[in-house]
Amino acid sequence: MDITLTINGRDHAIAVEPRRTLADAIREDCGQTGTHIGCEHGICGACTIIVDGEPIRSCLMFAVQANGKKIRTVEGLANGDKLHPMQQAFMDHHGLQCGFCTPGFLMLAIGVLEREPNISDDGLLDVLSSNLCRCTGYQNIIKAVRAAAKDMRKE
Amino acid sequence: MKPAPFVRHVPKTLDEALKILADVAPQDGRVLAGGQSLVPIMAFRLAKPAHLVDINEVVGLDKVISDGTTLTIGARVRHAAFHKSVVDNPLGQLLSAVVRHIAHYPIRMRGTFCGSLAHADPASEWCLVVATLDATLVAKSTRGERLIAAKDFFAGIMSTALAEDELLAEARLPLLASDVRFGFNEFNRRAGDFAMAASLVTYRLNAGKIAEARVGLGGAESFPRRIVEAEAALNGKTPGDTVFRAAAEAAAKAIDPLEDHQTNAEYRRDLVRAVVRRALEQSA
Repeated sequence: MDITLTINGRDHAIAVEPRRTLADAIREDCGQTGTHIGCEHGICGACTIIVDGEPIRSCLMFAVQANGKKIRTVEGLANGDKLHPMQQAFMDHHGLQCGFCTPGFLMLAIGVLEREPNISDDGLLDVLSSNLCRCTGYQNIIKAVRAAAKDMRKE
Repeated sequence: MKPAPFVRHVPKTLDEALKILADVAPQDGRVLAGGQSLVPIMAFRLAKPAHLVDINEVVGLDKVISDGTTLTIGARVRHAAFHKSVVDNPLGQLLSAVVRHIAHYPIRMRGTFCGSLAHADPASEWCLVVATLDATLVAKSTRGERLIAAKDFFAGIMSTALAEDELLAEARLPLLASDVRFGFNEFNRRAGDFAMAASLVTYRLNAGKIAEARVGLGGAESFPRRIVEAEAALNGKTPGDTVFRAAAEAAAKAIDPLEDHQTNAEYRRDLVRAVVRRALEQSA
């Protein structure tokens, strides 16, 4: 099937089988390898991206279902050399170790905060329970997201 | 970990969806709604449907409508729709209290209420809700429409009364009396995991005594249901610790517990005792 994936404002015209997951299409067909794939069955959250403003797991959506929708991935966060406040907070608070889970955590946290800017710290904790970090760096991830939430509310 | 090939159908209307489903159901055709359960199963190749009828572009299935007595939830209403109360009635608060226990935020963005019912995982929170509140489920096919009472809908683990060519078009939940009290408790080992036991209770007070008690139990048996023995232990009594413990005990005794390699019957009964008591305490 011929579809167009619009990733971070850029159109990618690709041909995929219906069974192609969105995560695979973004990486393999569009070359945007910032989105990582961990478990491929919706448990780990590494492949979380934002589709039409909703943080979703791209391994649980087929690429054909995202035809014409606005997709945002980790590659679209920084503005030139200026990092997104969430990326900066992950650096400042040592919110990443190996970095494999980081794109998923960034897109999850940003996706939720853009929808619910006033979500409570407890609410954020619940949100962050959806993704796994095998370095187990959760405390610093939580710190980073809570700090970034404050920054994002100011902007 | 890649799904097997399938033919995708993308109907734009319900009639079109039902026609396609009637055609492809005998050839292992399935309905694809949110995909948050079906796609993982396909990734493991536990399911290899030859056809998927993707209802994500069918118009009109995403509505939640209240007519003053009934809340009608369309086939493609996502879990996240219930993050905020959808109706000015205790039912709206009940649904938004329960939805927070369903998987995780990104899953709730895509997964659907009716999809959960049709999937019929014993641990599903929505299955517990419709069983406890005696909702009516509306199955549609090219053969017509069928109303199925929740108590007749669930047939076993991931098994329902739906025929293979039927689409669960909507769920109809009765609005609750304005003075209904409710409580919900779920036990699992990690946030967002499948419930190892969950209970939803509702009742009213009549001159200080419990009336119209409903005690629903999920995750503990093959499918969720009301536990009449626990309800009988509540009706006519004054709410309080002794009564709540007696009802929880009655529930623990009444069940045919699911067992697996981590959970024997005794442990499951213990969990049931705990979740029923905690749900009742929350309601008080």
